[in-house]
Amino acid sequence: MIDKTCDSLAQSVADIHDGATVMIGGFGNAGMPSALIDALIAHGARELTIVNNNAGNGDTGLAALIKEKRVRKIVCSFPRQSDSWHFDTLYRAGEIELELTPQGNLAERIRAAGAGIGGFFSPTGYGTLLAEGKETRVIDGKNYVFETPIHADFALIKALRGDRWGNLVYRKTARNFGPIMAMAAKTTIAQVAEIVPLGELDPEAIVTPGIFVQRVVKEAV
Amino acid sequence: MNNRYTRDQMAARVAQDIPEGAYVNLGIGLPTKVANYLPLEKEIFLHSENGLLGMGPAPAPGEEDEDLINAGKQPVTLLTGGAYFHHADSFAMMRGGHLDICVLGAFQVSHTGDLANWHTGAPDAIPAVGGAMDLAIGAKQVFVMMEHQTKTGESKIVERCTYPLTGIGCVSRIYTDLAVLDVTSEGLRVREMAPGLTLADLQAVTAAPLLAPLE
Repeated sequence: MIDKTCDSLAQSVADIHDGATVMIGGFGNAGMPSALIDALIAHGARELTIVNNNAGNGDTGLAALIKEKRVRKIVCSFPRQSDSWHFDTLYRAGEIELELTPQGNLAERIRAAGAGIGGFFSPTGYGTLLAEGKETRVIDGKNYVFETPIHADFALIKALRGDRWGNLVYRKTARNFGPIMAMAAKTTIAQVAEIVPLGELDPEAIVTPGIFVQRVVKEAV
Repeated sequence: MNNRYTRDQMAARVAQDIPEGAYVNLGIGLPTKVANYLPLEKEIFLHSENGLLGMGPAPAPGEEDEDLINAGKQPVTLLTGGAYFHHADSFAMMRGGHLDICVLGAFQVSHTGDLANWHTGAPDAIPAVGGAMDLAIGAKQVFVMMEHQTKTGESKIVERCTYPLTGIGCVSRIYTDLAVLDVTSEGLRVREMAPGLTLADLQAVTAAPLLAPLE
């Protein structure tokens, strides 16, 4: 019998190694897997490369991971916000590296990794600072920039419900990066509000099929 | 110049140009105001890049749901018939040319429609781009909504943007507190001016050549 559920949050993140690339779902706090991030902080892995849309809000979740100085580099589209003070401080001190990517390129680079695409030409960012040094091409008279996939060792995502095969459904706009990050990581760990028996999720409505998910853990016991 | 349009009048003016059935993204800041002026009898689909189509107004106090937010991370609602989707699909809607209109704020717009709205280029600034570049090149029509001049009186409409670019030649129409202008292959054509303003008045505060309104 295949059972991808984990008994504890700590157990679900125990093999995240120093220097790992970790995708973290969420757009601001919607969809942020805070229970998994807390477990990762307690676990202690360092020198992480984090892929997220933002660079932490307030003092919890990703912001706490940054505050604890576990993050060497962050790949994101929108780091600076009114409440991104932990990132701002470390960035200004030169203690954290930033790779800034337009949000749609970030999403598509993640999707490309999960779909086995070796790169793609995107019109976004052509002629801007964020395309400097990148290969360009004119296709049917339109300008494009070559973008590469973003792979990850782990993805930490938040879903509403999951089953023991790893099938997932999400809640409202908390879905955001979850489905594509699940595709792009070698090991995807989903924090869910509820683990349901196999067969309970409507197969017509499953958003992330279990093939993209290695572990499912309940967010609070 | 004392006959400037207010920010609410600008929002109402943009709303007039959004037809029923349009798929529309309203950028963060001033463009968000446009939603207040979309007539309820018209069905217009508002898109939010964090995975939402059919966005409704802000919820009543106490009805906020932290899983239902817009691109500015403010609580919103979903209209009946609305849909949720993941980020790659959401940006496919933008980059793939499926949105009819997006409305963006700007630091500067050039007379050829170049847009600068993401970064001042200040050496101590932490850059953040979000979805600005995707919106700029993706929508069928890009409307910019901004004050005509900076607080110190410099024209925000320029021959060449001095701030870092968001997109090249992507703006189709500009709504300011003094005028509505179209970016055309001949140049910047004035469509409307604030009451009492002459073309010479407008040209005097605009750092790019203007074409007279078509009769």
